Amino acid sequence: MSLAKRIIPCLDVTDGRVVKGINFLELQDAGDPVEVAKKYNEQGADELTFLDITASSDNRGLILHIIESVAKEVFIPLTVGGGVRTLEDVRNLLNAGADKVSINTSAIVNPDIVYQTSSRFGSQCIVVAIDAKLTDQGDKSFWQVFTHGGRNATGLDAIEWAVKMASLGAGELLITSMDRDGTKKGFDLELIKSISDKVDVPIIASGGVGDLQHLVDGIKIGGADAVLAASIFHFGEYTIDQAKAFMKSNHIEIRQ
Amino acid sequence: MIAIIDYGMGNLKSVFNAFKQVSPEADIKVTSNPADIKKAHQVVFPGQGAMPDCIRELDERNLRSSVIDAAKTKPFLGICIGLQMLFDKSEEGNTDGLGLLSGTIKRFNNENTADESGHKLKIPHMGWNEVSQTNDHPLWKNISNNDRFYFVHSYYLESKDKNIVSAETLYAQKFCCAIAKENIFAVQFHPEKSSTAGLQLIKNFIQWAV
Repeated sequence: MSLAKRIIPCLDVTDGRVVKGINFLELQDAGDPVEVAKKYNEQGADELTFLDITASSDNRGLILHIIESVAKEVFIPLTVGGGVRTLEDVRNLLNAGADKVSINTSAIVNPDIVYQTSSRFGSQCIVVAIDAKLTDQGDKSFWQVFTHGGRNATGLDAIEWAVKMASLGAGELLITSMDRDGTKKGFDLELIKSISDKVDVPIIASGGVGDLQHLVDGIKIGGADAVLAASIFHFGEYTIDQAKAFMKSNHIEIRQ
Repeated sequence: MIAIIDYGMGNLKSVFNAFKQVSPEADIKVTSNPADIKKAHQVVFPGQGAMPDCIRELDERNLRSSVIDAAKTKPFLGICIGLQMLFDKSEEGNTDGLGLLSGTIKRFNNENTADESGHKLKIPHMGWNEVSQTNDHPLWKNISNNDRFYFVHSYYLESKDKNIVSAETLYAQKFCCAIAKENIFAVQFHPEKSSTAGLQLIKNFIQWAV
């Protein structure tokens, strides 16, 4: 009897619609954000994460309307990320009904944004997202932090970066392995565990989920507090109920 | 009218939305106006962020006496830091609370803790945990014992007054996650983010006739 590990479906949103990519190329319409959010809520999702992948700045404001609409009908925690740059961006998302805001690239450009926003709005609503890739350096390798959706290398060590972000006030860390993202081979458990062991704040594991055993491994081996997945839920391979039943049969506390 | 007290700490949209959801016809106002709080039939005292900031912002808006009056006279629901502020003192920034109730707010200690897979417990305590009801209270109506609610906090209440405990939760240790005394009910978790069980608790509060 204790705290439940969380399952978090991730919804990519652009131009007011949920989309799903096939091999990162073609984007298919996957429905109205409010309807998709309600469906996952009914299936027992513990939280929802929305990633705004809108490319043009013209349509950036749309995410606020989406969050407003979802927050009126779905009463579980909502996290929003993608293109969050300023204190004002965070404020607008929270005012629209987001409970947490996820910061990625802008934390690298200006680490102080994490301190400023967590001091102003509380650590509980600041998630720092870290995209990491195993990188060779001489005869050893390290997990390097990348930004701009994985396009730009930063030279930063992901474990050290995670520790720094937690110390600046991040209330939670979302760790994505770029090596595993989209591969369906499972989380990079070593990466997740290395970070989870080093920081006190909760860790969300992301990138690579292909089956339900991967979710279990992320928690039991990786030490993650929550697991995030997109494609296994979007394409209807598994429902959240099925994922929870499987986790429960593996002696993981879940919310039913 | 139901007044949700706004003292500038964080987002009250979720709380407002949840009240509107369970009672679309109710007159609900997010307000920092003492006159509204005085007029209200029921008062909600939410809170997020750090307690020293919450107390400071409350005082900057001259809301301390309004909150104390409301907590003494009408159905009053404290949420999260809104529970913590009712007590004497918090370890967070060594802050004095409003002193309406007797107890201390302490930080979780996760040394020598482990979850069911053997990993050390994280701080903040974040996610869905079981709420085990320790007394019969109108606010628990139609909520199953040990139902899960959504928590996010690093500090918890330690009170010697066992009579006020209305529910407990286990995280690192057993702690009091809901208190009830006369017209006051306060919870450490977030009913506005706790799906069906949370909405039920809000509904029960709206229907609560002290």
